[in-house]
Amino acid sequence: MNAPQTPPKLKVATCSLAGCFGCHMSFLDIDERLLTLLELVEFDRSPITDIKHCGPCDIGIIEGGVCNAENVHVLREFRANCRILIALGACAINGGLPAQRNHLDLRNILEAIYATDTGLASGTQVPNDPELPLTLNQVHPIHEVVKIDYFIPGCPPSGDAIWKFLTDLVAGQTPHLGHGLIHYD
Amino acid sequence: MMSATFTIDGQEVPFTPGQSVMQAALSAGVFIPHLCYHPEFRPHGSCKLCTVKVNGRPATSCTLPAAAGMDVESNTPEILDKRRALLQMLLVEGNHFCPSCEKSGNCKLQALGYELEVFTPHFNQFYPDRPVDASHPDVLLDFNRCILCELCIRASAEVDGKNVFALSGRGITKHLIVNAESGKLADTNFALTDKAAQVCPVGVILEKRVGFAVPIGQRHYDAAPFSAHVAEFKPTPESQGERS
Repeated sequence: MNAPQTPPKLKVATCSLAGCFGCHMSFLDIDERLLTLLELVEFDRSPITDIKHCGPCDIGIIEGGVCNAENVHVLREFRANCRILIALGACAINGGLPAQRNHLDLRNILEAIYATDTGLASGTQVPNDPELPLTLNQVHPIHEVVKIDYFIPGCPPSGDAIWKFLTDLVAGQTPHLGHGLIHYD
Repeated sequence: MMSATFTIDGQEVPFTPGQSVMQAALSAGVFIPHLCYHPEFRPHGSCKLCTVKVNGRPATSCTLPAAAGMDVESNTPEILDKRRALLQMLLVEGNHFCPSCEKSGNCKLQALGYELEVFTPHFNQFYPDRPVDASHPDVLLDFNRCILCELCIRASAEVDGKNVFALSGRGITKHLIVNAESGKLADTNFALTDKAAQVCPVGVILEKRVGFAVPIGQRHYDAAPFSAHVAEFKPTPESQGERS
C-alpha cells in the first residue's frame, strides 16, 4: 500500500506596484502562522524570494495600484501566470494614497518636484532617462487593468484579515471577513 | 394600540398608522441599511440603500407607509447584492480614501460597506476634482466625500433656519454648494453649533482641530457594526410628522 501522498504545494507570487510595502509587512504580521502557511504553499516571485519574474502560479497577490508603465507590465505578467489574482490593500483596490495626485496635472507635479521647487540644485530637471518607466497620467486600481478575482481591503489589511482570507481560499471556501477584520483604513 | 403588523423576512413587525416601513422596522429592532435616512428628519428616499421588496416589488422603506399584511423582503441575497452595487457606485463617484479621512470609523458609508462585505468598488473610479473649502474658522468642507443625501441641507433649512446648503446641477454634475455669493462657507452665518454641522453621514462637514483625536478601536463603529446601532435610529417625534 502506498503511503498517503501530501498534496502538492500551492505556488504563490506576490509583488508591490504603486504601494508602500506596508501590505507585505502586514502579511509578515501573520507571524508564526507563516510556518503553517509554508507547509501549504511555496513562493515564486516575491520580495521574500527575490525571484524577478512570475512563473505559473496558483495564487498571485498584488499590493498597490498602477502608476507607471512598468506596473502595468508586471500586473499583466501576474495575470497571465496566476490562476487566482488577489488585490491586497487600499491602493490596489481604489488607488489609495498615490491616487491623491489624480486631480493634479502630471507635468506640473513633476516640474514642481524636480525643477521649480525651492532647495533644488541649479539646473535640476525632470528625469527623462529611457530606462525609467513612463509615469501614467493617473494612478488606477488594478482591476481597471486586468481581471481581479479577490480583494482584501485595508491600509493595510491586518495580518489576521490576510490569514483569514487566505485560509478560507486555500480551504476552497468563499472568503469572508467579519466585523473587525474588514477595514478600509 | 398596536394591532396591525406586517412581516420583514418572515418576522412579524408591529406598526402605528403613519409609520414608514423603515420606522416600524427600526422601532422593532430590525435593521435596514440606510444613508440619507435620519430619525429626526422627514424621509428623503435618495440613497436607495434601504430598498426592500414589498409584495415582490422594490420600494424604499424610508418613504413607504407601512400597511397591514405587507410581505417585506430585506435581508435576501438579491436585495443585498443590489445594495452592494449602490454602495459601489457611491464609492467610485466621489473620492473616498478612508485611510486619510477624519471620519473613518465614524462614517456610515464605510460602516455600511463593512456590514455588506463590500471588498471592492468594482466599477471604474471617477476621481472627480472637488476642491475643499477650508475658509470657515471652525469647519472644513471636503466635497470629495459628498453622497448628496441632503441631510445638511434639510438640517440647515428646517432646524437652523439658515439655508446654508443646497444642491446645484443635474445628473452626474449635481453637487453640494454653499449659499453665499463667494460660494465660501466663511461668508455664511454657519456655526459649529448648527444642526447641519452634526448630521453628515460621511466626511464632508468636519470640525477643525479634532481630527483623529479618538484612537482606532474606540471610534463609533469599531466595537460593533452599523446594524448593532439600530437603537440610535429609532423614530423621534420630529420624524413622526411634527416637524414640517
